[in-house]
Amino acid sequence: MLDIAHDNKLPNGAGVGYKSQHFNALLDDPGTVCWLEIHAENYMGDGGRPLAQLRHLAERFPISAHGVGLSIGGETRLDPEHLARLKTLIDWLNPAMFSEHLAWSTHDGAFLNDLLPLPYTSDTLTRITTHINEVQDHLGRKMLLENPSSYLAFAESTWSEPDFLREVARRTGCGLLLDVNNVFVSATNLEFDPRAYIDAYPLDLVEEFHLAGHDEDADELGRKLLIDSHGKPVDEPVWALFDHIIARAGARPALVEWDNDVPEWDVLEAEAARATRHMKPAPAAVVSA
Amino acid sequence: MNDSVTLSSTGDTTVTQTAFRKALLDPQQRVPEGLTNPDGKQADKRFSVYRNNVAHGLSEAMLTGFPVLAKLVGDDFFREMAKVYLRIHPPASPLMMHYGAALPGFLESFPGTLHLKYLPDVARLELALRRAYHAADATPIDPTALTQLDQAALMRARLKMSPACEVLSTKWPAKAIWDFNMKDGPQPTGGAEDILISRVGFDPMAERLPNGGAAFVRSLIKGRSFGTALGLATADTPDFDLTATLSVLIATHAITGIDKPD
Amino acid sequence: MSNNMKTVAVLGAVSAAVAASALPAFADGDQEKCFGVSLAGQNDCAAGPGTTCAGTSTVDYQGNAWKLVPAGSCETMEITDAADGMNRMGSLEALERDLPAS
Repeated sequence: MLDIAHDNKLPNGAGVGYKSQHFNALLDDPGTVCWLEIHAENYMGDGGRPLAQLRHLAERFPISAHGVGLSIGGETRLDPEHLARLKTLIDWLNPAMFSEHLAWSTHDGAFLNDLLPLPYTSDTLTRITTHINEVQDHLGRKMLLENPSSYLAFAESTWSEPDFLREVARRTGCGLLLDVNNVFVSATNLEFDPRAYIDAYPLDLVEEFHLAGHDEDADELGRKLLIDSHGKPVDEPVWALFDHIIARAGARPALVEWDNDVPEWDVLEAEAARATRHMKPAPAAVVSA
Repeated sequence: MNDSVTLSSTGDTTVTQTAFRKALLDPQQRVPEGLTNPDGKQADKRFSVYRNNVAHGLSEAMLTGFPVLAKLVGDDFFREMAKVYLRIHPPASPLMMHYGAALPGFLESFPGTLHLKYLPDVARLELALRRAYHAADATPIDPTALTQLDQAALMRARLKMSPACEVLSTKWPAKAIWDFNMKDGPQPTGGAEDILISRVGFDPMAERLPNGGAAFVRSLIKGRSFGTALGLATADTPDFDLTATLSVLIATHAITGIDKPD
Repeated sequence: MSNNMKTVAVLGAVSAAVAASALPAFADGDQEKCFGVSLAGQNDCAAGPGTTCAGTSTVDYQGNAWKLVPAGSCETMEITDAADGMNRMGSLEALERDLPAS
């Protein structure tokens, strides 16, 4: 396990998704960035520069390990090899947090490199619960589950997403990662009110926020279709939704993700600084002061 | 949300992941019934967001993984080829850093590039460099330790080789082609090459080995003694140049220890 | 031990290689400095692809739209079939032996 100086807890401030091209600039001047998130799968090699950089960063910043490959929503059992790799990384890194997605990505031995959707039914609830229990038992720690971006719906769904997530958390004891952009993207695409979603969502279980930019497209009937592209600044309505959430939940660790067309460090840092500002005069904090 | 979903009046709307995956990778397939737009009608374009994510994401991953091949055939061609490849060989694990391992074999029979017979060898070299990049760390020996053994001890010694170290034998001048494209090297000439792949610090290296060097280094990697490796190399290559071979190993930090059996 | 190389020649060859080599470019401490940047810039392209949790709005899923021909640096290279290594050991059969098992 790594030897670290900080208290290894995600602070209620801004973090960014770490990109290796930012290594030097980030260490020179992190600005308001006070924690980092990494994709677990990118650090499952045996050694070399990625792990050396991570070791160095982990000494200075609390790290959130974000998995993209467990396929928790998969129909088949979790890949024991991948679980073992994940445990090796988590045991070594001892990150402040581990999170994964309410999605599937592997089927029939093929990893499809995307977060694919699943229906919300009693069957999928049972399956997700089993998988999350297995992950938490295997890692010996609590994990967070993130809400997806949806582009379509399943006719067979019988649960709303907030109710489904609340029930998964109740059955497994896992926490939740609330991706604010994903709520806005899904709300636009499936034509529901994002604030009503938030009001139905168990904010008390949230231990991390995600913020990111999206692209705008249209479906065959010209209806707005938002794509969770992580390739531009966070959109204004998403900041407004973030304010709505902060007003109810108070500040939590908030991550800015930027994965495509990754900008220079100062652009990403400015986006994190904005997230920090949005959480600063948090009403919850004012009330408790 | 389920409130806004109009349940189909008839038929099974269960969408299995097998059906989803099949339609995802095959654009000729119909979108599975049971996937809907917000008005409850059958989804079409919305499903292609997932098709795009998978096809675009994996072809960009291939482009990132094979920069020299992409330069050789051009990015546009490479992306189109990758879209054929990814449907035959989707990733077998979420470790994207090694994606594309089956590309050399794919290129052996891909109609669009059959005339560029050296491409599979270039793909092998790019894959080997990636393996070296992500290989376990090891500290090279101080090479003067090699000169402190007497002849009997040297012959019995087993040199520990870096986990990044491997030997690639190509029919085509893959290393010369790599240099031409990435280092503004001269026009590639010559034929087969024996290439040592290793890592200095965090940077993968590829260097040509002299004749006999491949047999020598492969024996060392297998854990054979220095004397055995030398015997194998000189059996095939009477004029085997040990000095030149060792120079490559030292320069690329390939030797990480000396085991001296009693 | 091969008859082709006498022991004394072996020790001499080893000494020559060691003498010709510079000291290792990296001591342990020096590695710290190159966490962020690769020394030989272009080699960091060996990192390969990473994972993603983002989507794309690029319309890019139709396979088999096969109209393109290779158009890159392959056009400026002068490699002929004679460069396929057939001549190295006199026969391709001899060569296959040391091809990797992949």
